[in-house]
Amino acid sequence: MPSLHQRFADLSNDEVKRYSRHVIMPEVGMEGQRRLKASSVLLIGTGGLGSPLALYLAAAGVGRIGLVDYDVVDFTNLQRQVIHGVSTVGASKLDSAETRMLDLNPDISVEKYDEPLTSENALRIFADDWDVVIDGTDNFPTRYLVNDACVKLGIPNVYGSIFRFEGQLSVFYAEAGPCYRCMFPEPPPPGLVPSCAEGGVLGILPGTIGTMQATEAIKLLLGIGDPMIGRMMLYDALEMSFQTIKLRKDPNCPVCGIAPEDIELIDYEQFCGMPAHDHSEFSSVDESADLDIRTVTVQDVKTALDNGDDVVVIDVRDPHEWDISVIDGTLRIPKPDIQLAKNGIQGGRRLWEETVLKDIPKDKTLYLHCRSGVRSADSIAFLSEVGYDLDKMYNVEGGILAWADEIDPAMPKY
Amino acid sequence: MATIRIPTPLRAYTEGESNIEVGGDTVGEALANLVGKHPELRMHLFQDDELRSFVNIFIGDEDIRFMQGLETEISADDNLRIIPSIAGGRQRK
Repeated sequence: MPSLHQRFADLSNDEVKRYSRHVIMPEVGMEGQRRLKASSVLLIGTGGLGSPLALYLAAAGVGRIGLVDYDVVDFTNLQRQVIHGVSTVGASKLDSAETRMLDLNPDISVEKYDEPLTSENALRIFADDWDVVIDGTDNFPTRYLVNDACVKLGIPNVYGSIFRFEGQLSVFYAEAGPCYRCMFPEPPPPGLVPSCAEGGVLGILPGTIGTMQATEAIKLLLGIGDPMIGRMMLYDALEMSFQTIKLRKDPNCPVCGIAPEDIELIDYEQFCGMPAHDHSEFSSVDESADLDIRTVTVQDVKTALDNGDDVVVIDVRDPHEWDISVIDGTLRIPKPDIQLAKNGIQGGRRLWEETVLKDIPKDKTLYLHCRSGVRSADSIAFLSEVGYDLDKMYNVEGGILAWADEIDPAMPKY
Repeated sequence: MATIRIPTPLRAYTEGESNIEVGGDTVGEALANLVGKHPELRMHLFQDDELRSFVNIFIGDEDIRFMQGLETEISADDNLRIIPSIAGGRQRK
């Protein structure tokens, strides 16, 4: 595929020296390096995928790099977000990333968009003359938004996605092949695997996938090699296997199958049924939103356990989280098991006594907790659908994180 | 027997198994045998008897949507894959 643009910028002698390992390769050469300097790439997210992307694209000499993020660096980011560091915990991710990028290469320019990407701002941000957009987000609503906005504006979208030990890579460029929606017309609904499966990611995985995204971006800009248009690479770190599958353009695709001017950005949080980011007002909407669920504090839980009250405290986190921390005296049943049991009972496939719910008494007061209080509220909603009394169930506010803060400061937080 | 590769998110419902051998002459029969072995997978793959729209099944590198769907014939040495829709490792609340 030919390069995306025919702009060239002059290189100083220092720059020729800096990029000498590029320039001596005929596939790049002086012309290619001058082209990279005149190129622009927009990164959505400066997290796990965004870290290697920003570092390597800066080092490679992409002249103008845009960053979209709204978050601050958190200590738990450092397991994988290698552009940040202990010295920037608490600082804006944009500022932290910019400082590191310009330290690596002061000859580039960094443009910062300090806002969550939304349907309201996406077209404005994307229209700032970007040759390539790279999707480094961590959630479905933003992925659909990035795709639709790129299709509308005719910008290639270098897609990378990660989950635990698996990664996916593709280039969605509707002018030359399929888009994200041709492959994934709609997201899995919340509550169904994979969307509700255990979270987490091998810290190295975004490094693997992010550097491959950077490779694809550079290939598109230079017009060399075979871009991953119409193909998806599937990576499994545990097997150390790579497989490429073919993607096809869907002529009936609701986005790339219609005229770009007819593409309208929608409410992607509504579409996906989940929030796009932590600051989203949608965060409060979930399975339990319509119910008036009672709450207790971690102090109430401690008092009940200490006094031996006739209360059952249930921990609905996943088993691997119990290895990190538990409150003694709790009954442990993961939320997905409660959900499966509820579905089985409602679908007429299981009787109550054949499910994990048989261990949860219907006549006692129940206190449910998870990590911070969302999954336990959902679990209360599920239980109320299969005969448990909503007035006897209480959600533990703040979950085990609040317990660690207020009751047991020695408990690790995660 | 054909082999079906189970992606990480669904392995919770196959007792951790990643590659499962199943009998069947078509994709539909193979998947029916799979959910017969692992009933909890059913709700994640099917809505009534239809594949859920976000579930992608490939034979080798080809999408069954561009073949004959669940009617696509398979042979014993075929490798089927379930391609999950994944978004990232976002922390659960």
